[in-house]
Amino acid sequence: MTEYNFAYLDEQTKRMIRRAILKGVAVPGYQVPFASREMPMPYGWGTGGVQVSAACLTPEDTLKVIDQGADDTTNAVSIRKFFEKTAQIAVTEKTAEATIIQTRHRIPETLLTEDQILVYQVPMPEPLRFLEPSEVETRKMHALQDYGLMHVKLYEDIARHGEIATAYSYPVMVEDRYVMSPSPIPKFDNPKLESAALQLFGAGREQRIYAVPPHTRVVSLDFEDHPFDPSKAPHPCALCGAEDTYLDEVITDDAGTRMFVCSDTDYCGARCEAAA
Amino acid sequence: MTPLLEVQALTKGYGGRIGCSDVSFTLYPGEVLGIVGESGSGKSTLLNCLAGHLAPDAGRVIFDTRADGPRDVLAMSEPERRMLGRTDWAFVHQNPRDGLRMRISAGGNVGERLMAVGARHYGDIRAQAVDWLGRVEISDSRIDDRPSAFSGGMQQRLQIARNLVTGPRLVFMDEPTGGLDVSVQARLLDLIRGLVRRMGLSAIVVTHDLAVVRLLADRLMVMKDGRVIETGLTDQVLDDPQAAYTQLLVSSVLQV
Amino acid sequence: MYVAVKGGERAIDNAHAWLAEDRRGDLGVAELSIAQIREQLALAVGRVMAEGSLYDPDLAALAIKQARGDLIEAVFLIRAYRTTLPRFGASHPVDTAAMACDRRISATFKDLPGGQILGPTFDYTHRLLDFTLAAEGLAPPAPPMAPPAEGDLPHVTGFLAREDLIQSNPDGPDTPRDLTREPLDFPADRPLRLQALARGDEGFVLSMAYSTQRGYGKNHPFVGELRIGSVPVEMDIPELGFAIELGEMVLTECETVNQFTGSKTEPPQFTRGYGLVFGQSERKAISMALVDRALRWEELGEDNEGAPAQDVEFVLYHADNVQATGFLEHIKLPHYVDFQSELELIRRLRAEAMQATRQEAAE
Repeated sequence: MTEYNFAYLDEQTKRMIRRAILKGVAVPGYQVPFASREMPMPYGWGTGGVQVSAACLTPEDTLKVIDQGADDTTNAVSIRKFFEKTAQIAVTEKTAEATIIQTRHRIPETLLTEDQILVYQVPMPEPLRFLEPSEVETRKMHALQDYGLMHVKLYEDIARHGEIATAYSYPVMVEDRYVMSPSPIPKFDNPKLESAALQLFGAGREQRIYAVPPHTRVVSLDFEDHPFDPSKAPHPCALCGAEDTYLDEVITDDAGTRMFVCSDTDYCGARCEAAA
Repeated sequence: MTPLLEVQALTKGYGGRIGCSDVSFTLYPGEVLGIVGESGSGKSTLLNCLAGHLAPDAGRVIFDTRADGPRDVLAMSEPERRMLGRTDWAFVHQNPRDGLRMRISAGGNVGERLMAVGARHYGDIRAQAVDWLGRVEISDSRIDDRPSAFSGGMQQRLQIARNLVTGPRLVFMDEPTGGLDVSVQARLLDLIRGLVRRMGLSAIVVTHDLAVVRLLADRLMVMKDGRVIETGLTDQVLDDPQAAYTQLLVSSVLQV
Repeated sequence: MYVAVKGGERAIDNAHAWLAEDRRGDLGVAELSIAQIREQLALAVGRVMAEGSLYDPDLAALAIKQARGDLIEAVFLIRAYRTTLPRFGASHPVDTAAMACDRRISATFKDLPGGQILGPTFDYTHRLLDFTLAAEGLAPPAPPMAPPAEGDLPHVTGFLAREDLIQSNPDGPDTPRDLTREPLDFPADRPLRLQALARGDEGFVLSMAYSTQRGYGKNHPFVGELRIGSVPVEMDIPELGFAIELGEMVLTECETVNQFTGSKTEPPQFTRGYGLVFGQSERKAISMALVDRALRWEELGEDNEGAPAQDVEFVLYHADNVQATGFLEHIKLPHYVDFQSELELIRRLRAEAMQATRQEAAE
């Protein structure tokens, strides 16, 4: 493809996105408005993440794209192909080899390093949205750190269910200042938000970019007597035997027999290979 | 003694129409001030200006803050004013729907102010909610019910509990017994009077009901057409009104 | 043995090939040309240009062909293409008074300078299926068109304005904010709202407008004027130092005359709603004018009734069909991970609840 600029977006647009990213890095957890462009994939399918990745990519980068932890899910394949076509960059499925990882709904099991950037696709950047529908009002709440309502929601959960009934998109407090949505990752992944890697979050349809710089304090909201619990299914992986990974539940026959396997396919594959 | 609240020449207009004009008064700790007048007299405008819900055109509202002593509330930043609104101040609306979150349980309603100022222990928050529900005579078995399932009187008592849980020093009340049955009104007034006495609260109560101020207020301010036309000790104003309008107001009640 | 969900790449390639085959349909039937779509499905082409925010009938026709007639998909194709186009500059505002009108009607005055021009409209056709079209028979030729009126056709609202009976349009900023280059931000001024409505989904804008007619934010509109025709587009060329005509575009414009307001200081006046869209779409232009008027409640000192069409955040955040359809359809993407975490939560909550019940029974 020669008719498009490197990584699809024109340089002006990339500069605009990079300014938003820098602002996000400077104010961890703050949602920076940016003029999201229409991309050749639908809104809700990773347009925010794709724009952030496009603004970060250099010709020397190696890209990994995962969806639900796997490199081979259709949308991950589609986005990886898009960048192979428009940026001719190297791609990989190995977490450790990638310099930029675009993800939807998971953080890789392998610990990331300071040389890596993790780009999240974010459908709903506003953690307060379901408590307060107006954007004008939620921006005011962030500005004034008016977060009482967020804890009221958690209180109601415990009063009704005996525990905080949020299993994914579990809200966090970044650097004691901004309440942030970690995107719909399972709460199991929340502890990994304190990372050596730069984490960037892109919401295309909602026109927001935010960031968690390396080694930033990220605390999952909870109560002292109901502490945050990053639980997962109480099984080991049926393929690699790992006991500390997030698992997919797979129904294997008509009788409803189930098995649990790592959601991170690269991590699982590497462990299986090492064992063989 | 430093006044808790000192209001100087407060004025608010709506276009060409006067809301309230040149109102000044002083409120001392532990004092309850009643503001009476017919609808349109400017008493609700005044209350909303004092509480920071409306921006007045001119004047000063000086509050004796815990940390920094007397400060002009109108010159505070929005975060400071909001903080005041959920700690030292409380506002009881006439319609409990305006002061409660109807889709959140009674316990959550009471706990919200605690959580807004940093409470992070579920058990403690719940214990305080139980305690406060008790103080406003709501059974603790109703703690997880939503206010929409409560009667009007219960909703109003829940609103009071929600407001008082953080131990405010100044309570604004806008017709707190309006819209309730007479028997329910009496019980609620009794409850408010008890709480105000026990907690040593200062309060500003706006109402058109002279029975309410006779029971609650130490001092009285009568308003008409946006201006204060008479002030004094409650009994003194009600028993020996000076202004012609106050005489009319008092006599019209006594005839009932 | 467990078979991992592999082969995403091959599946995508195959799906694309199948789609291409279905797009073409039966090879025994002649293939549509872009020109056929542009000429014979002109209203669809107009809608795709309007909501795609790109005036190019050939590209819109191509998008409709590629999208197999799915107009929202076609709008999406146009928008994605638009992203990649460099921007040379901005044209002068078009002058709709200088429009060469194919159609121009007023519901407020029976006759007016320039006259009523009925033009090519479905309005008074009987909606009977015309089987001669199925037989590919040619419709009888229309009588020759009268030569277009010489000179400008003045706007109806201008006559009302001369008597001060209608509010003038308040001055906006010289250069309005550009919704396609800046994030949507509130408060949204009227130029920004009109942009969002102009590229908003026809169905959504129609329903919002309809809701105002049924009482949710009623504003008593009259169609002061509706005109359809072509206008020249001019642009300053810095190297030349003067403006040149780039071409013409077909526009539909609607100005509504709405219920009057007045106060002690101002005598009563009619108010305005405005709609302007690419191509020929009266439904969209009228809807837009009604919604525009409903959104002006604050500026005109009206009550907020809590009607959806008065809520600027609601209207602007939900008008865009490319955003809406993308987000709606994304829920068919895999959500294994989120669902798995919900599954575990509900199993645990149920187990706890059942254990509590058993304990109670035992006691």
